[in-house]
Amino acid sequence: MSSSAAVSPPSATGAKPTFFSRLKGGDQVAYLITLLFASIVLLIAVLIVYVLWQESSLARHKFGFGFFTSQAWDHNEENYGALPFIYGTLLTSFLALLFAVPLGVGAAIFLAELAPPKISNALTFMVELLAAVPSVIYGLLAIFTLVPLMRDYVEPALKSTLGFTPLFTGPAYGVGYLAAGAVLAIMTFPFIISVSREALLDVPREQREAALALGATRWEATWQAVVPFAKLGIMGSIFLGLARALGETMAVTMVIGNVPKISASLLSSGYTIASVIANEFAEASSDIFRESLIFLALVLFLLTIVINGAARLLIIATTRKGSS
Amino acid sequence: MASMRTFSPAGTQQASAATTKIESRNLNFYYGTYKALSDVSLAVAPNSVTALIGPSGCGKSTFLRTLNRISETIKNTRVEGEVLLDGASIMDSDVTALRRRVGMVFQRPNPFPKSIYDNIAYGPRINGMKGKMDDLVETALRRGALWEEVKDKLNKSAYALSGGQQQRLCIARAMAVEPEVILMDEPCSALDPIATAKIEELIFNIKNQTTVVIVTHNMQQAARIADKTGFFLMGKMIEFGPTDLIFKNPSKKETEDYITGRFG
Repeated sequence: MSSSAAVSPPSATGAKPTFFSRLKGGDQVAYLITLLFASIVLLIAVLIVYVLWQESSLARHKFGFGFFTSQAWDHNEENYGALPFIYGTLLTSFLALLFAVPLGVGAAIFLAELAPPKISNALTFMVELLAAVPSVIYGLLAIFTLVPLMRDYVEPALKSTLGFTPLFTGPAYGVGYLAAGAVLAIMTFPFIISVSREALLDVPREQREAALALGATRWEATWQAVVPFAKLGIMGSIFLGLARALGETMAVTMVIGNVPKISASLLSSGYTIASVIANEFAEASSDIFRESLIFLALVLFLLTIVINGAARLLIIATTRKGSS
Repeated sequence: MASMRTFSPAGTQQASAATTKIESRNLNFYYGTYKALSDVSLAVAPNSVTALIGPSGCGKSTFLRTLNRISETIKNTRVEGEVLLDGASIMDSDVTALRRRVGMVFQRPNPFPKSIYDNIAYGPRINGMKGKMDDLVETALRRGALWEEVKDKLNKSAYALSGGQQQRLCIARAMAVEPEVILMDEPCSALDPIATAKIEELIFNIKNQTTVVIVTHNMQQAARIADKTGFFLMGKMIEFGPTDLIFKNPSKKETEDYITGRFG
């Protein structure tokens, strides 16, 4: 306090310090510079919406809200619709979470609560490493191991046991929604582990001890006291994973089959928004084709905003329930 | 505050009960290579309140935590010596069964992020009780001197309560499994004087049902509620006896120095 008083100009007159005199104090400079940096966030968000909105005007005017419900993707007729891609994006992301959440949370519980420190540290390092692997490498992994595995073992097995449901019908090519969901699960898994583990480690020791002191076993204390306390952080990890799954492009493109069609069967080929943009943008010969792809990008952007907003609401709702 | 006057200055009645509820014999405790307790022997009579006092880091909390073996949850620790509950070694018994018999209340209130009702019901439930337990919850909350304040909001989150109420909830939660001994680790250190007074009164009342061992850094508190008091210093129990005697006529110089405020 005394040093800042020494730096600021004498104000014995009681006059309000001028802007420049406050600049000299340093606080104002730091404020302005950091404000400038922070406003970049706003700038980028606005720019994304502006560009997507502006560049998709042709498609927006031609298809309107019908774009969301149309299944057409016809270059000859120049008729485009987003539904198969929305379906593919949501379905593959859902499948990814279906596989990755139990595995990821389970692994996080092991690392944070049960594992001996040496094993926990080694595995945690591996998890961080996996989280940093570029998605194209996961795509290669999927093509060379996941797809053959799916084609030769998993999908025939699913068809013979669950083939009576519409979910597992049609030829087993290996590629398709299921393979895409699986590769997304592999990619979101490290995120879920990493963030959930941190959340579990942040749970105060007293919570665990409260349960133990009432005669809980170690597992009961973990599952009934520690995990519920870390619920918010674990949900955060799931939404982080979901965000990655929704927007993932490269790895999905390599294994989903790239067919703009809606199929009930998880074994069929499909398409996601991110994949079709990456695949077809370079070949978009006509204006309406190109602008339809940009319209799709806008849809994806809205989709992520809606899902993140819903996640936020869910978190607020559960926090209220837990703490008031 | 008037209620505080109802506390007897303790120590005179049944000070030398014939039987022993829980006792330690030549207890040593190590964190890694650091010896935190050395040769502590102490016997607690049933239905009494025993206070453990001493400066920070003297081992009183560590000692308390060996009595329900919750000290085992910290890695790299080791116990030597014996703790006997009703004459049987607790080291041989099933740890979850032991902790059901020897409950614990912690320094900071630590309710679960659940409703008041579910906080109380948690202990009975994990110990195999099923279905509704309204009566049990009411009894426990009455023992915790909290019933009147919360009876209309049992389904509200425990976090909606004040710190003092939360701590009484934690005591009620511990009482819900009807423990034979209840260990309290500085239960009032995070509370204001009025909340503290309520808890002291409550401790005085639950003595009928259970045996209380309480760690406190507040000597007045020990003097107000405890039948017997033990003074710990640097991992050793320096002196143990009727509270009156410890505070008015301690036999050891260290005890006298601590009590008269010459250090600590």
